Amino acid sequence: MTEVVDVGTALGRPIKRKEDARLLHGQTNWTDNIQLPGTVHMAILRSPFAHATITKLDISGALAMPNVVAAFGAAELGDLNASVPCVWPVTDDMVAPDFPALAKDKVRHVGDAVAVVVASDARSAADALEAIVVDYEPLDAVIDMEKAISPDSTYVHDDKGTNTCYVYNLGGGYDEKVKEADVVVKRRFINQRLIPVFMEPRSVVAAPMGMSDEITLWSSTQVPHILRLLLALVTGVPENNLRVVAPDVGGGFGGKLQIYREEILALQLARKMGRPVKWTETRSEDMVATHHGRDQIQDIEIAAKSDGTLVGLKVDLIANMGAFLQIITPGVPLLGMFMYPGIYKMGAYDFKCTGVFTNTTPTDAYRGAGRPEATYAIERIMDELAAELGMEPMELRKKNWIKHEEFPYTTIAGLTYDTGNYELATARALELFDYDGLRAEQKQRRDSGDKVQLGIGISTFTEMCGLAPSRTLGALKYVAGGWEHCTVRVLPTGKVEVITGTSPHGQGHETAWSQIASSILGIPVEDIEVVHSDTGRAPYGMDTYGSRSLAVGGQAIKAASERLIEKAAVIAAHQLECSTSDLEYINGVFQVKGDPEKAQPLGAVAFEAFTAHNLPDGVEPTLSAEATIDPQDFSYPHGTHLAAMEVDTETGKVTLRKYVCVDDVGIQVNPMIVEGQVHGGLAQGIGQALYEGAFYDQDGQPLNANMSSYLVPGAPDLPMFITDTTCTPSTTNPLGTKGVGEAGAIASTPAIINGVVDALRHLGVNDVAMPATPMTVWKTIQAAQGGK
Amino acid sequence: MHQLHQEITVTVDGISYERAVEPRTLLVHFLREDLGKVGTVVGCDTSNCGACTVLVNGQSTKSCSMLAVQADGAEVTTIQGVSDGNEWHPVQSAFKECHGLQCGYCTPGMVMSSIDLLNENPNPSEEEIREGLEGNLCRCTGYHNIVKSVQRAAEMMEGAK
Repeated sequence: MTEVVDVGTALGRPIKRKEDARLLHGQTNWTDNIQLPGTVHMAILRSPFAHATITKLDISGALAMPNVVAAFGAAELGDLNASVPCVWPVTDDMVAPDFPALAKDKVRHVGDAVAVVVASDARSAADALEAIVVDYEPLDAVIDMEKAISPDSTYVHDDKGTNTCYVYNLGGGYDEKVKEADVVVKRRFINQRLIPVFMEPRSVVAAPMGMSDEITLWSSTQVPHILRLLLALVTGVPENNLRVVAPDVGGGFGGKLQIYREEILALQLARKMGRPVKWTETRSEDMVATHHGRDQIQDIEIAAKSDGTLVGLKVDLIANMGAFLQIITPGVPLLGMFMYPGIYKMGAYDFKCTGVFTNTTPTDAYRGAGRPEATYAIERIMDELAAELGMEPMELRKKNWIKHEEFPYTTIAGLTYDTGNYELATARALELFDYDGLRAEQKQRRDSGDKVQLGIGISTFTEMCGLAPSRTLGALKYVAGGWEHCTVRVLPTGKVEVITGTSPHGQGHETAWSQIASSILGIPVEDIEVVHSDTGRAPYGMDTYGSRSLAVGGQAIKAASERLIEKAAVIAAHQLECSTSDLEYINGVFQVKGDPEKAQPLGAVAFEAFTAHNLPDGVEPTLSAEATIDPQDFSYPHGTHLAAMEVDTETGKVTLRKYVCVDDVGIQVNPMIVEGQVHGGLAQGIGQALYEGAFYDQDGQPLNANMSSYLVPGAPDLPMFITDTTCTPSTTNPLGTKGVGEAGAIASTPAIINGVVDALRHLGVNDVAMPATPMTVWKTIQAAQGGK
Repeated sequence: MHQLHQEITVTVDGISYERAVEPRTLLVHFLREDLGKVGTVVGCDTSNCGACTVLVNGQSTKSCSMLAVQADGAEVTTIQGVSDGNEWHPVQSAFKECHGLQCGYCTPGMVMSSIDLLNENPNPSEEEIREGLEGNLCRCTGYHNIVKSVQRAAEMMEGAK
């Protein structure tokens, strides 16, 4: 058989992105750019109350407004009022309330959808909302998670008789093991609620296409394939009639890993009205109606010997579900469950999570989804344990982490980490950071009583990527698999289509996937088109989330490309009148070994496969190959992140002076894109530590649900980052890749807060709440000083 | 309703348009919906994000914070008008070269603000770039490569003189 030669010209190079030309010239196809003839526009009336009974809903006023075509409450919508599904029933007895597209008798969070108006233009639809009459009878709002699960609480869903969604337990050996410990440290961390704030607001267009019974739905989504399936299931639209397209999508970060009520409404109204229906959210709508992330109370207990050897870890979470369950709301904390032990060896691990309903916007995946929360907890409490033991925090980590010669290593949480080298990444990070120099400066500032104190924050993290092996997902009661698909086609002209099931929204798949295919096919990157995000053109896929696209989807591209060369070799051998074992494949050309004059480029083979005039017996026309890959296991990127934090003890102002991270993401396809992913993740993780947080008052009114007061970091808020990588190739996929989409967001939050606490520990501070705003830091210092 | 409309003449990317618009129409909605200039995008409703930034008479302007009727007689340049044909503006080239964009949604505004920034200050420091782009939010890049892109564009434009 022909040897498949990795020409290696494209893989691993920082090739400039194919996507950029259209993005830089305003020629991008955002969903909101789609303007089909005859389109009508939806506007949605949203609840101003967190919890209320709807005693009257009269839409007639809206119908009398100019340009209004139709209006619907739940009653008018009738059977078309389908429900938003949850696909991850984490326990057999999980409480799963109905989540109708339009609220029926009650509203359960500010922003809950009450009615929809359809007009010939978006502004008229918005105007007409004001003509709808709704009478609300406000009810007590359930906001505080601990109060929600106390016996006398109001219920978010009174038919359920509880605000507890589920209780999940893992482990059980901690209480026995802790008897061996010399030191036990307990902390409560609040992992605050965040809003994804992707830059492109959500948008959807649903249109009957007039051809057969097809309805096409364009949506700003990360998951067109999953969306198609779920829309078909909940609306009854035959799956074969539904085409879902995610055109250019402007960011997601988990926030567009969802099936949203507005997508259901647009589809249902397009069917009912027989014309295109469009909806684009305003940013203020986005901030109450797009799912939120994080929002956990974390009670953490860590036990160790006096020499620092870890004995065990106990985690007791309360996780806010919000008012309803969306696609994987209950599963998010469980993705974190596996990661609380981090990179450390220990003898016992108990985990408990209580999922709780409140009258708030539903939560779901946001960059890292459970893993940032877990990493924050373990990396924060490692610093607290180090302080308790009087150890250097990095020394405590070194004493307990899995040594590079110990891989593969099965953790106390049951995961088998395939590869890693924490020593190497840490050594490189310490060098880049000037760790010893900064420690010396820190001491000098402490000794001199400088009003600006310096702290060093450490985070030595790992995460599980490449979601995921289907069997594992099944064992966790997730109702779908984690495979990925690719079809590679060589067209008669020699151009190549790589048809992937991944669905990019900023990650540069068009470039990176071309590089993978190019490295195997020997075809230049510019002659390869990556087809994605359209269930009509790329019918099989599991989409993009959980840092899975390269680790899983990349394997499929590699396998399909290799299979294509196998088929092409048979045709080429026939054309060259030799056996396939006589051929070698170099830079896109089949050559007879030792006789390079006898050669056939892949394009010529493809043309032969197209005309089919002279194919060998038993070979089918056309040149394509496909692969559907189910990974054998997760992959485990890791890294060492270091932050130098300056804290003005008089004002509480925190300044990030220097940030160094060394990440091991395995083999890199495009280092430029990898570095960019790290930068963006860092910004979001730093955002959680210092700036961001979505807050409600006791009545459930959002306090900062707009872009003016929810502080997405701006350019002046961040420094240049110092990044580097080490590489231990993953052994769970043949490309050796690990995943990088979430690393920065996971690792940076604890590094920042550890740095802030480190700057202030000598003042009696042992925790600082997030976001560490000047007021919070100042108050924390005051409280610690007053307590002395 | 038509009597409420107001006639305006606006030059956008070199073409003069005469249109009747509702006085409440934002410039960005006029560009997108009346003229089909969908390269300019909307990212928020509070004038914070800067995604809709265009040049109005050469000055960077958030087109969500200006009414179309206020642009009467003005010359507007959008992301679709900064380069002609195959010739890229140095800022566009630099953003590609330095990987200053990921999802690309903030990019039209980021490019327009950068052009204005470099017009006013051809050799900005890192701090001046960060302050100059304070009104443009990006959720993907952490700004690191955006700052490098503007620095690179400054070099290229200096070289072009």
